[in-house]
Amino acid sequence: MRKEVLELNTAFLSSVSVVGRKESEGPLGPLFDLRDEDDRFGGKTWEEGESEMQRLAFNTLLAKSGREDRDVDALFAGDLQNQCVGSAYGLLNFDLPYFGLYGACSTCTEGLLLASMALRSACELCGVVTSSHNCVAERQYRSPIEYGSQRAPTAQWTVTGAGAFLLGKDADGAVKLARGCPGRVIEMGVCDLANMGAAMAPAALDTLLRFFRATGKRPADYDRIVTGDLGFEGGAILEDLMRAEGVPLGDRYADCGQMIYDRVGQDVHAGGSGCGCSAAVLSAYFLPKLQSGELRRILFLSTGAMMSPDSIKQGKAIPAIAHLIELEAPTR
Amino acid sequence: MKAFCDALLPFVWAFLVGGLLCVVAQVLIDKTALSPARILVAYVVAGVFLGAVGLYKPLADLAGAGATVPLTGFGYLISGGVKKAVEEQGLLGALTGPLTSAAGGIAASLVFAYIACLICKGKPKD
Repeated sequence: MRKEVLELNTAFLSSVSVVGRKESEGPLGPLFDLRDEDDRFGGKTWEEGESEMQRLAFNTLLAKSGREDRDVDALFAGDLQNQCVGSAYGLLNFDLPYFGLYGACSTCTEGLLLASMALRSACELCGVVTSSHNCVAERQYRSPIEYGSQRAPTAQWTVTGAGAFLLGKDADGAVKLARGCPGRVIEMGVCDLANMGAAMAPAALDTLLRFFRATGKRPADYDRIVTGDLGFEGGAILEDLMRAEGVPLGDRYADCGQMIYDRVGQDVHAGGSGCGCSAAVLSAYFLPKLQSGELRRILFLSTGAMMSPDSIKQGKAIPAIAHLIELEAPTR
Repeated sequence: MKAFCDALLPFVWAFLVGGLLCVVAQVLIDKTALSPARILVAYVVAGVFLGAVGLYKPLADLAGAGATVPLTGFGYLISGGVKKAVEEQGLLGALTGPLTSAAGGIAASLVFAYIACLICKGKPKD
């Protein structure tokens, strides 16, 4: 019988967030570490821009934490591009073992979970980097932005952003990644590419319920329960589903996709999405609040919709996943 | 004054009909799970069908560019091309007709898109 919840007790030593223009103009704008005005980050293509975001994020992370790439035992990285080339190109100049991941928009917590599991076994210092880029995702999953296609009201806006995290074993004075609950692949028959929130909410529900049942905890035990990018549609669906299960989230529920943009002012329809969404918001907003003690204990789930452009064309429903980490403020 | 109104009327119809076709598409985007690609294809097919049964011509006569510019107009163009080709070549015209009549539109799209790529640099969506 497996363990639904893993005891990890690893520490966030440092983190960096990098975003594009729209994100820097949003409600969390001033909190992000680095930003670029035209989303190109000096690259010739959007894809190069995304790789450069990852390189910049990780380079800054090393500088900020006073480490070198040779100190890192393993780096877990992923993005939304085919074959995760965004991460491969972005991180190829660093001298460290690299593990490429694909969890769609759940890559952030997937990486943090795997890094923590590695720290509990063979490693001392691990890094996690993940990113997404609006123009890259649009070209790959829908149509190139140059085509000028119209977006549905339930469509989410892929965040142009990256988050880089350094994890270690020692938890004194650092935000602790206490426990984790890895997600299961959940597919509930949602085929609509323009409504990924609806596809992902059941995965978040599944992981949350398994975590609460295994630990005996309730939503009230946490200051916040945060999902990565269910957006306004998916978030509402998750709240309904949790209420129907008798575990209402109440007003401690938050979603990074809802937080990162001004829904009305920036015309983002159903909110933000993408690997970079939860990564950038975790780094820029939630980790500092945990570090200062303003938030004491939160649950953080990145949610991913793991379809491919071909699977959609073949009429298959969208499989989703949500990986959960339990974060605690430093003990004083 | 009447001459002015008469001169203005074709424009009014063009905008009304063209606008209405756009409204239908917007409603399909907002209220259904149809992807933009499916809506575009549906428009072309609708234009072919309406053109084939003779219902689109009166609309094109009334609204001019308001009926021919939207994608239903492209379908209408294709249906006209098929009719003409079938008259000239028999059943083979069903295959040669559509692309022949649409050739100008398709070539223009390709050429202008290519020129746009050469002189413009993509910017992130706003």
